[in-house]
Amino acid sequence: MEEAALSVQNLRAYYVTGHFGMQREVRAVDDVSLSVRKNEIYGIAGESSCGKSTFIKTVAAAIRPPLRVLGGSIKYSFLDRDLYDLDERKLADIRWNHLSFIPQGSMNVLNPVRRIRESFQDFAFPHMGLGRSEFFDVVNRHLERLQLSPSILSAFPHELSGGMRQRVAIALATVCRPEFIIADEPTTALDVVVQKDVLALILETQREIGSSMIFVTHDLTVHANISNRLGIMYAGRLIEEGPTREIFHDPLHPYSRHLVASLPRIGDLTPKIALTGAPPNLAQPPSGCRFHPRCPLATDLCRQASPELTTLSSGRRVACYAVASAPATRPMTNDRMTNDKFKSF
Amino acid sequence: MSTLLSVDNLTKSFARGGIFGRTEFVAVDHVSFSLESATPEIFAIIGESGSGKTTLARMVLNTMSPSSGVIRFQGTDISRLRTGRDRLQFMRKVQPIFQNPSEAFNPLKRVDRYLFASAYHFAGCRSRDGREIAADEALKKVGLSLAEVKGRFPHELSGGQLQRTAIARALISSPALIVADEPVSMVDASLRMSIVNLFKTLRDELKVSIVYITHDLATAYYISDRVLILQKGKVVEMGSARQVLSEPHHPYTVRLRESILSLDDVERVHTSG
Ligand SMILES: Nc1ncnc2c1ncn2[C@@H]1O[C@H](COP(=O)(O)OP(=O)(O)O)[C@@H](O)[C@H]1O
Ligand SMILES: Nc1ncnc2c1ncn2[C@@H]1O[C@H](COP(=O)(O)OP(=O)(O)O)[C@@H](O)[C@H]1O
Ligand code: SF4
Ligand SMILES: [Mg+2]
Ligand SMILES: [Mg+2]
Repeated sequence: MEEAALSVQNLRAYYVTGHFGMQREVRAVDDVSLSVRKNEIYGIAGESSCGKSTFIKTVAAAIRPPLRVLGGSIKYSFLDRDLYDLDERKLADIRWNHLSFIPQGSMNVLNPVRRIRESFQDFAFPHMGLGRSEFFDVVNRHLERLQLSPSILSAFPHELSGGMRQRVAIALATVCRPEFIIADEPTTALDVVVQKDVLALILETQREIGSSMIFVTHDLTVHANISNRLGIMYAGRLIEEGPTREIFHDPLHPYSRHLVASLPRIGDLTPKIALTGAPPNLAQPPSGCRFHPRCPLATDLCRQASPELTTLSSGRRVACYAVASAPATRPMTNDRMTNDKFKSF
Repeated sequence: MSTLLSVDNLTKSFARGGIFGRTEFVAVDHVSFSLESATPEIFAIIGESGSGKTTLARMVLNTMSPSSGVIRFQGTDISRLRTGRDRLQFMRKVQPIFQNPSEAFNPLKRVDRYLFASAYHFAGCRSRDGREIAADEALKKVGLSLAEVKGRFPHELSGGQLQRTAIARALISSPALIVADEPVSMVDASLRMSIVNLFKTLRDELKVSIVYITHDLATAYYISDRVLILQKGKVVEMGSARQVLSEPHHPYTVRLRESILSLDDVERVHTSG
């Protein structure tokens, strides 16, 4: 089998804080294993506070206290050892060049008091090993490819619209042609029209430079349009994974089934029933399956033991007792978004 | 039939300074629509950011005055509400809900204080017990109870609980109209549906009309009775939500329709790649 672009094994990353001698742990990423194939866009979905950003920070080596990595391994194909065995200097070397980041708010990478040109100079120039004028030739060509006018280089971030700034952040993250790109909710703050353009730009750039990518968003509709495979997180755990298309056609985990069934669509007036209850507090997660307090199929077993993420014969992975005990080859339903058990949700 | 809200040729322009003198920028441009008292409805106002939605909402809430045009609420021109009593009466009947629940609440203030303050000012609850009862009743309408939020700070509640609490606060004065400015833009997809379902319940059971401001066409289709499409401050299309969103006529509405990401694209993207 081809070597993975990124392979994460049994990753645990907690926020550990001490108050009055009492230690408090927020188990934001708890035993997550996944691998991202070369040239693929791997999507991560799940509602807010399920641990998506924490996972991203961990694989981007952007850990700051109180966040701590308590266990697991992270291997990128362009590195000969584990990410956490690198020193700061080596880390600084791989950032932008091999591994880059598109954040939710472009203002997190663009310095508000510096012109765009200076942001390119600060971040990308040191990595390119080019003279100044060659460097700006490369930058100009890259901007043109992304249909941005090189004149934006002399603008300040606040002079650009939100969509334009996000394009600039994408240009900045891709100008060094990194092998791996991590994007955290890069289109969440944008309007529909702009969002579609920015997604097309990300897809095109990723294909053109042939990078692999992790794309995080809680918005499943965005995943439908960009992610090749999808991992769904719930309360710090990966609970389902498979090709995006298959998850939309036939979600297996009760939580994923709920997410897919509750999506509003133009032309569809069937009542969408929301999940009851709230996501758990990760400082005191529920016993057993973390979804059990909200799950319509929960049994005593679910309350006591935690289901492992199990690989099915189809190659999909799911962590649910109700699914693992079902026949391994479920027929694909044509009846895409509906599922009888879920009418009662 | 009596009219709940009528917005007639509403215009708002802002002065924009330039080197060669000030220019007028028209944020809301001759907008007209009306809602009837007898048929409570969810009326969606859809537009991209900068199209004038918030400016329009502020004028309807009487927190900003129009440059020209008239807004009548239950027959009264709201620019003529002069006395404190009249204004209070208006605020009781027309309540706002904002985009980001965590911004609507001060992080250092317990959320129940907002409910008690509304009960005191808008529902005339002078006793402490009266305020608690009013708060609890309002919270029950949104699927919560005072026991769940009492004494809690905003960060101790989930995003969904916080947005529901904001809606409960708006309900305390028994309003006839709620103006919700992008109430679900900042919340998760799963939560989004519980909030929009709640709007339906408010319309059907409490007979509250709702002006639902959004750029999300799919939820607008799902809950609204009528929609108004705003482009650069102008109404480009208005009518039944099903009709306008399924068979848009105006090129701008068509463009908006085409821009929304469809789930069916899952086929296109993944079979080509
Ligand atoms: N600095 C922090 N200290 C303590 N807890 C945190 C911190 N940052 C995030 N968390 C908690 O970690 C959990 C996961 O958060 P996050 O990874 O940001 O989720 P998501 O990106 O899916 O919304 C949440 O319960 C959140 O409250
Ligand atoms: N107080 C103000 N002064 C000047 N311009 C304003 C003011 N409020 C809004 N605008 C402008 O009016 C336009 C419409 O803004 P807004 O009503 O906030 O749009 P939306 O809510 O649809 O995003 C924008 O171009 C905005 O910059
Ligand atoms: S393991 Fe049990 S509680 Fe968890 S999702 Fe499956 S059925 Fe529901
Ligand atoms: Mg996040
Ligand atoms: Mg607005």
